[in-house]
Amino acid sequence: MAIFRTRLDWGMLFTFLIFLFACPLFSSDRILTILTMMGIAVISVHGLNILTGYCGQISIGHAGFMAVGGYTSAILCAKLGLPFWAALPCGALAAGMAGLIFGLPSLKIKGFYLIMATIAAHFIIIWTIIQLRSITGGPDGLSVPKPTIGGIVLSSKANYFYLVMVITCLATLLAKNIVRTRAGRAFIAIRDNDLAAEVMGISLWSYKLQAFFIGCVYAGVAGSLLIHYFSFASTDQFPFFDSVWYLGMLIVGGMGSTTGAIFGAVALKLLDELVTMVGPILSAAVAPQAAASLALISHGLIIIIFLIFEPRGLHHRWEMIKAYFRLWPFSHEVLE
Amino acid sequence: MNFFLQLVVTGFALGMVYALIAIGFVIILKCSEVFNIAQGHFVLIGGYLGYTFLVPLGLPIWAALGMAIATAIIMGLAIERLVLRPLLGEPVLAIIMVTIALSTILGGLATLLWGAEYKAYHGLLPTITLKIGTISIPSESLIGLIVSVICVVLLMLLFRYTKIGLAMRATAEDLAVVQSVGIKATTVYAVSWVIACVVGVIGGILLGGVSGANMELAEVGLKAFAVVLLGGVNSIGGAIVAGIILGMLENVAAGYLDPLLPGGGLAKVFPFIVMIIVLIFRPYGLFGLTRIERI
Repeated sequence: MAIFRTRLDWGMLFTFLIFLFACPLFSSDRILTILTMMGIAVISVHGLNILTGYCGQISIGHAGFMAVGGYTSAILCAKLGLPFWAALPCGALAAGMAGLIFGLPSLKIKGFYLIMATIAAHFIIIWTIIQLRSITGGPDGLSVPKPTIGGIVLSSKANYFYLVMVITCLATLLAKNIVRTRAGRAFIAIRDNDLAAEVMGISLWSYKLQAFFIGCVYAGVAGSLLIHYFSFASTDQFPFFDSVWYLGMLIVGGMGSTTGAIFGAVALKLLDELVTMVGPILSAAVAPQAAASLALISHGLIIIIFLIFEPRGLHHRWEMIKAYFRLWPFSHEVLE
Repeated sequence: MNFFLQLVVTGFALGMVYALIAIGFVIILKCSEVFNIAQGHFVLIGGYLGYTFLVPLGLPIWAALGMAIATAIIMGLAIERLVLRPLLGEPVLAIIMVTIALSTILGGLATLLWGAEYKAYHGLLPTITLKIGTISIPSESLIGLIVSVICVVLLMLLFRYTKIGLAMRATAEDLAVVQSVGIKATTVYAVSWVIACVVGVIGGILLGGVSGANMELAEVGLKAFAVVLLGGVNSIGGAIVAGIILGMLENVAAGYLDPLLPGGGLAKVFPFIVMIIVLIFRPYGLFGLTRIERI
């Protein structure tokens, strides 16, 4: 079935895209920065969604895989002088390879054990990056030249915004289509019951590793976009908390849905902005550490609240709203 | 050789504290099949509670310990009732995410109440010195060892001789049977969370007494996970053995390899290397039950 079925769907899509790409004309640099960060988060969460939401392999090491992609492309650009357009896919591939290596335990284990393995993956990756001081700059970080594409230096916020948004749209389209292929249906079967899937003739070995590879390639793209945006690579850009937070975005948005991944990333990035705005006021009013604790407590609370009261996420709510309007005035028979 | 033995002995004592913390994790897992990622943050809260009761309030050590345990009991009951009870029967990802969110909130509370600062309280725990041959055992390690052993023995007695202990063992065995004979499973869950909080807080005070309380205490929880995986997630005896093994290995590896590696910090990543190796070669640990699945 086509992704966009009616003329209204197409119309809404084009209106949204035109609005999105017109943003730099009327938005301030601050809003463009927020939108760019949202785009990068959306790419990353798409990867996690394919891995966790569709294939059921829970990963709390996503920021680590982003770091692999980011550092690879940063090193290729800064040390070997490769152009940006060549370094980005190399970074993505490197992250995918790291995903394959750390995905190997998933062939034997699942659930909690896999979570521990991916947490371990995050810390081992970050530790390795810090140890390889001669290549990565270790704790001091590594500065990266501004990316150029075809002679255009992407130095302004608007230029970089366009780059990120084009890649985000392509990534979304690709993610939406990956889950409709043979591999995507195999992922869903593995998520729902891996033993039954294996009995039906789905090769767990091949498809679990494919899911890890695809998910981590997405992470690698997001990681290198992040590093090139700041023109600086540092392990502080990939804290362990981010790994958890991407999973939080997936839960808030709704697992196993491409739209949900977008909703979750946008909603939680907005929450982040709210916390950055309210935090200093609270710090001044209560105690200097209130801002930091507000960030942690609000992040934790939002995940708990969604898990208890809206476990299917924003995507489910969105579908109900759409169904309400589609079926009106006879909607009461379908809605719960 | 002396250096090696010294490392082994202090590692043994440290490992016993790890084992104590890991036992809290295993008890919750056995009783309610919840993987409690927040165990390390109980340790964090414990470290800071020890500071609060010992330094600003100036209580004697026994009163401080009692107050900390009382706080831990309230914390355990509140967490179980407010956060875990509404999620009974949810899939494993939801449960794990909720405990991760819980750990974030506890970290946030610690930041708010104690300002995420380093709080030292050396020398306030009672001191005992012991020398075996040429190896002197540091007082803090010895205290940690003794308190951990006492706690483990008390827990064993609780499981062996009390009614609630019997109920907990029965729940770990078969939930449906327990409910059909009229044991309230929710009480068992609440007690298991209280025990996990109490051992976490005691572990926090012991570790805080050695190195002071700071936000890094929460990382001990990650070491506890490595212990639990090595010992097998559903084995209390396994947790003790694995805790001692990991404590010794970590101390010896850090003592010999840290000078060779620039930047050091091997002790930090060491538990994760153990974790990956165990997960690849022996996913159910040394003493864990191999899970058999049916469709």
